[in-house]
Amino acid sequence: MRFVDEYRNEAETQAFVRAIHRRVTRPWTLMEICGGQTHTFVKSGIDRMLPDSLTLVHGPGCPVCVTPLEQIDRAIAIARRPEVVFTSFGDMMRVPGSSTDLLSVKAQGGDVRMVYSPLDAVRLAQKHPARQVVFFAVGFETTAPANGMAVWQAAKLGLENFSILCSHVLVPPAMEALLGAPDNLVQGFLAAGHVCTVMGYEEYVPLAAKHRVPIVVTGFEPLDLVQGVHMAIAALEEGRVGVENQYTRAVTREGNRPAQKLLGEVFEVCDRAWRGMGVIPASGYRLRSEFARFDAERRFDVGGIEARESPLCIAGEILKGLKKPHDCAAFGSRCTPEHPLGAPMVSSEGACAAYYQYGGKG
Amino acid sequence: MTAPSIVTPAGLSGLACPIPISEYPHVLLAHGGGGRLTHMLIQKLFVAAFANPALAALHDGAVLDVAGGRIAVSTDSFVVTPRFFPGGDIGSLAVHGTVNDLAMCGATPLALTAGFVIEEGLEMEELWRIVQSMQAAAAAAGVAIVAGDTKVVDRGKGDGLFINTTGIGRVADGIGISPGGARPGDLVLINGPIAQHGIAIMSVREGLEFETTLTSDSAALHGLVADLLGAVGPAVHVLRDPTRGGVSSALNEIAEGSRAGIRLDEAAIPIAEEVRGACEILGLDPLYVANEGKVLAIVARESADAALAALRAHPLGRGATAIGEVVEDHPGRVSMRSRIGGTRVVDMLSGEQLPRIC
Repeated sequence: MRFVDEYRNEAETQAFVRAIHRRVTRPWTLMEICGGQTHTFVKSGIDRMLPDSLTLVHGPGCPVCVTPLEQIDRAIAIARRPEVVFTSFGDMMRVPGSSTDLLSVKAQGGDVRMVYSPLDAVRLAQKHPARQVVFFAVGFETTAPANGMAVWQAAKLGLENFSILCSHVLVPPAMEALLGAPDNLVQGFLAAGHVCTVMGYEEYVPLAAKHRVPIVVTGFEPLDLVQGVHMAIAALEEGRVGVENQYTRAVTREGNRPAQKLLGEVFEVCDRAWRGMGVIPASGYRLRSEFARFDAERRFDVGGIEARESPLCIAGEILKGLKKPHDCAAFGSRCTPEHPLGAPMVSSEGACAAYYQYGGKG
Repeated sequence: MTAPSIVTPAGLSGLACPIPISEYPHVLLAHGGGGRLTHMLIQKLFVAAFANPALAALHDGAVLDVAGGRIAVSTDSFVVTPRFFPGGDIGSLAVHGTVNDLAMCGATPLALTAGFVIEEGLEMEELWRIVQSMQAAAAAAGVAIVAGDTKVVDRGKGDGLFINTTGIGRVADGIGISPGGARPGDLVLINGPIAQHGIAIMSVREGLEFETTLTSDSAALHGLVADLLGAVGPAVHVLRDPTRGGVSSALNEIAEGSRAGIRLDEAAIPIAEEVRGACEILGLDPLYVANEGKVLAIVARESADAALAALRAHPLGRGATAIGEVVEDHPGRVSMRSRIGGTRVVDMLSGEQLPRIC
C-alpha cells in the first residue's frame, strides 16, 4: 500500500537502527510525545532493537489517558440522563470513571453511541430533535479542528439540542510543564507529527531554546521513528538544540492555517487539569462565549463533580515519563485491560496497553 | 449407541455465580466479542455449569461416538447488523457458520436445524428473502434444513431477526483433529486474505458507510476441508475458522490448548489492499477482525507443500499460504515477526476493538 509500505521497509529501518547504534556514545533519555508513536515502537519491536543506553520514555500524548477522572465522571453523569444520546469516539468507552465506564452505562440502558466523526453527532442531533445529543470532545490540536467544526456547524444550523463536553488539551504547555519540573529526565523529544500538521512547529522553537533540548517533529511509521530517533541522538551527541522536522511529508513550519483560524473562532485557551499532572496553565481549549451554549458542562450542570484517582495507578508518573508500565506494581496483575485502574491500560494510545498487548521492553 | 458420559458438577447449583458479580454485574457487549471476556464467560460460567468431556475439548463443535461411528454437533446464533451486507446476509451466514464449525471438526455436514427469533413488525418480504438465501446456501453446501422453530417477540424486544442453526456431521475414520493438536514444527496455513468479513460489515454500518467494492468472504468451507483432508488427512492436526476475534484469538486458543507457542510472520499474512487501508484509517488490527470464509490449518511441516497444493486447487483456497509455525518457545502464547524485523506478542483481544480518536 502506497504511503505505508515505504515507511515499513525492513532494510531501511534496520539501516537506521545500525546508524543509531554507531552514533550513541553515552546514555540518553528521549521522550516520544504521542501515544501513537509509543504503540509503533512496541508493536513493530523497535524498542527491542535500540541500544540499551538509550531510554525511551513515553509522553503525555494520549488524549484518552490525560483526560482526568472527574471529566470521565461528568461524561458518565450526562450519559445516564434519559433525554441524552451520548456520543464518543471508541477509545473513550472503556476508560474507567470512579465507579463505572461508558460501555457499562450503555449496558444498563444509557443511550451511548460510538461515532467516527463529531459531524456524525451533529447529524444525530438533526435527526432526533427531541433528544439532547452530546459529543465527548477529547483530543489534542489534531482533533480540535474537526470538533470545532462540529460546533460551528451546529451553530449555523441553529441546533438547540447539540453540545460538546469539551476536554481539549494542548501539547506545548505540557512539554513546558515536563521540562520545568525538577525531576525531569527527558533530554530530547520526538514531537507529535499529527499535532504539528495542524499547528506547525513554530511554537516549539522558543521551548527548545529555553530548555536547551532538541525537538524532532516525527511521524508514526517505523521508518519515521528510527529516523526521528537518529536525528535526536545526532543532535544530543553534537550538543545541538532546536527544532528539526523529520515529518516533512506532512508538516510545515506554519501548519494548517484554515484549521488554526477555525480553532481561534470557536475556542479560547484556558487552564486545564491533566490526569496525574494537575492543572497546567493555558493548556486546553474551552468554547468561546459566542459558542458557550454548546458547552455540555454548563447545559447539564456537571462542573461541580470531583473525583480521586486510584492510589495504585501511577498514570501520572508514566505520562510524565518518570516511570514505565513495568515499574507499576499493579501492571498485569490488579490492572489489566479487563480491569483497568487507569486510562493508559485501555486507550489504544496508552503506554500500559501497548506494553500489555505487545510485550514492551522492560 | 454410546451416549457421551455426563459429569454432573457436584452441588454447582448451590454455588455463587463463578464470574464475580463485583467485576461484571452486567453482561457487556464485549462478552460476545470473541476475545478474552468471551473466553472467560465460556470457561467460567458455561463450561463450569455444563462440564462434560465432549464440551471440555472446547472445539468449534463436539464429536460424539454414536453407533460405532463419530458424529460432530455444533450450534451457532446469528445476530449480525445490518442483516444484508456486501457478499451475504444473515441467512447465508447462518448456514455457512454452522457448516464451517462442523468442517473444523473434520466432519462432513449432514443436516441443519434453524431457529428464528423474529421481532414483531419485521417485513414479511425481508424474512422471505432471508429464508430464500438460507435455502440457496444450504443447497449449495449440500445440506438440508430438516427441523426448525419460530418465536415472535414484542416490538422492541429483539433486533429484527436472530437465527440459530444447529448442525450434525459425520467424522470419517482416521481423522484426528483437536484444538490441542498443534506440535512444535507444524506450519500454520490459511486459505486466503484475512479480515474481509469484518471490514465489509463495517463499511455498511450506520455512521461509518465508506465506499468499497469489498465483499464478505462468507462461504461454506467443508468442500475445501474435505479436499485438504483427502490429500494429507492425518497430517492435519488442528482446524479452526477465525471468526469473531479474528486470526489472533483463534491462534491464541490453539496455542493455549496445545501448550505450544505460535510464531507468525507479519509479511506473510495475506490481506487485501482495501482491507489494509480501511484498517489503517480506522485504527483496527486486521488480526482481530472477523472472517467467515477462512480456515486456519495447523499441518505437519513435511506435508505442508501437499496441503497447500490441495488448498490452492479449490476455488476457496487459491490464496492459501503459510503464515507461521508452531514453536517450543513461549508455550501458550503467540508472537509475530514484524514487517521491519522486530518481534512482538500477539495477544488475545480484550473486549471489542474500538476505533481510535486520532
